[in-house]
Amino acid sequence: MRLAELVMAVAMAIFSLYLMWKSAELPIGWIEGSGPGGGAFPFWLAAGMLICCIWIIVRWAKRLSPPSRSTESYMNAMSIKAFLIGAGSLTVLIGGIHIVGVYVMVPLFLIFHMRYLGGHPWTVTAPVAVGMPVFTFFFFEIALHITLPKGYTEPAFYPLYEYFLG
Amino acid sequence: MDVLAALMDGFFIAFEPLNLGLVIFGCMAGLFIGAMPGLGSVNGVAILLPMTFLVPPTSAIIFLAALYYGAMYGGAISSIMLGIPGASTAVATTFDGRPMALKGMADKALVGAAAASFVGGTISIILFTAFAPPLADVALAFGPPEEFALMMLAFATFIGLGGDDIPKTFFSIFIGLVMSSVGLDIISGNPRLIFMDLPGFYHGINFLVLAIGIYGIGEMLWTVEQAKGDVIVTKVTVTVRGIIEALKDLRKTKKVMFMGSILGFFVGILPAAGATPGSLMAYGVARTMSKDPDSFGKGNIEGVVAPEAANNAASTGSMLPMLTLGIPGSPTTAILLGGMVIWGLEPGPMLFIEHKEFVWGLIASLYAANFFALAINIAFVPAFMMVLKMPFTILAPIIFILCIVGGFAPTQDMHDVWLMLVFGVMGYLMRKLDYPLAPMVLAIVLGPLAEASVRQSLMMSHGSFATFFERPISGTIMLIAIGLFAWPIFSTVRKRFRSGAYGAEG
Repeated sequence: MRLAELVMAVAMAIFSLYLMWKSAELPIGWIEGSGPGGGAFPFWLAAGMLICCIWIIVRWAKRLSPPSRSTESYMNAMSIKAFLIGAGSLTVLIGGIHIVGVYVMVPLFLIFHMRYLGGHPWTVTAPVAVGMPVFTFFFFEIALHITLPKGYTEPAFYPLYEYFLG
Repeated sequence: MDVLAALMDGFFIAFEPLNLGLVIFGCMAGLFIGAMPGLGSVNGVAILLPMTFLVPPTSAIIFLAALYYGAMYGGAISSIMLGIPGASTAVATTFDGRPMALKGMADKALVGAAAASFVGGTISIILFTAFAPPLADVALAFGPPEEFALMMLAFATFIGLGGDDIPKTFFSIFIGLVMSSVGLDIISGNPRLIFMDLPGFYHGINFLVLAIGIYGIGEMLWTVEQAKGDVIVTKVTVTVRGIIEALKDLRKTKKVMFMGSILGFFVGILPAAGATPGSLMAYGVARTMSKDPDSFGKGNIEGVVAPEAANNAASTGSMLPMLTLGIPGSPTTAILLGGMVIWGLEPGPMLFIEHKEFVWGLIASLYAANFFALAINIAFVPAFMMVLKMPFTILAPIIFILCIVGGFAPTQDMHDVWLMLVFGVMGYLMRKLDYPLAPMVLAIVLGPLAEASVRQSLMMSHGSFATFFERPISGTIMLIAIGLFAWPIFSTVRKRFRSGAYGAEG
């Protein structure tokens, strides 16, 4: 945990410097007649972030914050596995939505989590895996007219749009 | 007396069968839309606006106002039950609502949210009825320096949220503010902070993306880790007696409820502020006022009651500048204003004279909507509680999907969905190191308002920061804010000094 506290503070300090540099693409000083330049607001805030990171590192060195005193590990094997499954499956879900759309990826995601990770029987998994996309379609697309991404499966939905929305 | 007579006439209009039916339907629709992650009153009102052309203007505005109210109530439901803010106005409700649900006190949180919404709505309607014209003048007296001072006050109330780790809280506020400045510069229109030249950054970072990322995905990742592969089911029981007990318990929170209502109403009447900053500020003030501030964020009912009272009060408050001045106080009222113009009604002081029945019908229907939303909400508490009885291995993937769809819905851009995942992962990693995340959400909400007001103020004063202290209202608010900013630093130093002194003596 102690090392993680330092790594995070240093990473955020580098990110703050990047934000300061990026903000400076627009003027950061006073422009006569139009006030502070467009980059001033984010530039000085990023400078504030940097100061905070230095402050966090000083506190880390003095062992003032709880994580800087902690002897626990930041992530053990169990938590790394849980994190990789959670974040990894979400990455696959979002990536897959670009290609085959929400209505293919959502059932697959639900089956993976409920059937393979949760161990629920098909009698529980199947109704949720089918019901969720059906609900999403009717609520978002038909009732609220919010079109969800469908990737290559888009043409398959034209008859449904035709039928429900005319 | 004229006002009361007009209000009574308004009640007769609101209770006409068509209007009453529309109030109930509007509340139900709003409740459902508000409860869906990513969708709020603004979506509901915008989507259903065309439907209102089928009925007279008074009935139309009554329907939309009921929908607005219903969505305010509904937003709290997914905040409490799923830990995902149903609407932007319910972000602050997540901070304590979700921990309460995880402790098996979801019924208390839901009843508290509904009752506080009712109280907030009632107090704001009384203020609206009694003081509409003078309050419009107060709102007009708030120039950019006063608005900026108010933003500073909101940030100051959040400094204490990070506990003793002050630099992490400041960091959280700063990074939230920087993220709010991504997109186009508000004055020059130049692109700013367009990372890797991705076009998705041109429309800025929608704060719901951050909020759903942190409180939806980040929270789920956290819970998955805590579960360590076990099947978690939150223990919940709901009885009528339990609901009555929960209502009785709320007497202890009446001071916070009252504060939230008043604060929410006044923030609501400020042009361009609205219910989201109002609810976040009420949360910060409730925590500052509390005798046990450390319990906030861990499931304190006051952390649910204050923002819920404030967001409903603010939704009524934001109608005030819209009706009296023609200035919308929130995105939703901006759409309502558009509807009024289409219906041939011109907002402004003359509206109260030329279309009395419209104005008072609307005000009375707000009250009716408030009552029905409370009744519907409490009646549905047992149904909402069913959600928590689901095993976590079913609930978690459903929440993940609602996050993805909810993150996509506001801007309909997959870029935002990826961004939400990044925020979720970052939120999870930072939370493990005690970085407070609530101030970041507050900052991204208030950032655009803060930047606009500080830049306008400095332009007015030719670069002099003294302008924030020279004007009586902004000066007073600024001094209070500085005091609140300095207090945690002062008390930490004092604590350390004392412990050092005692250590030296010992």
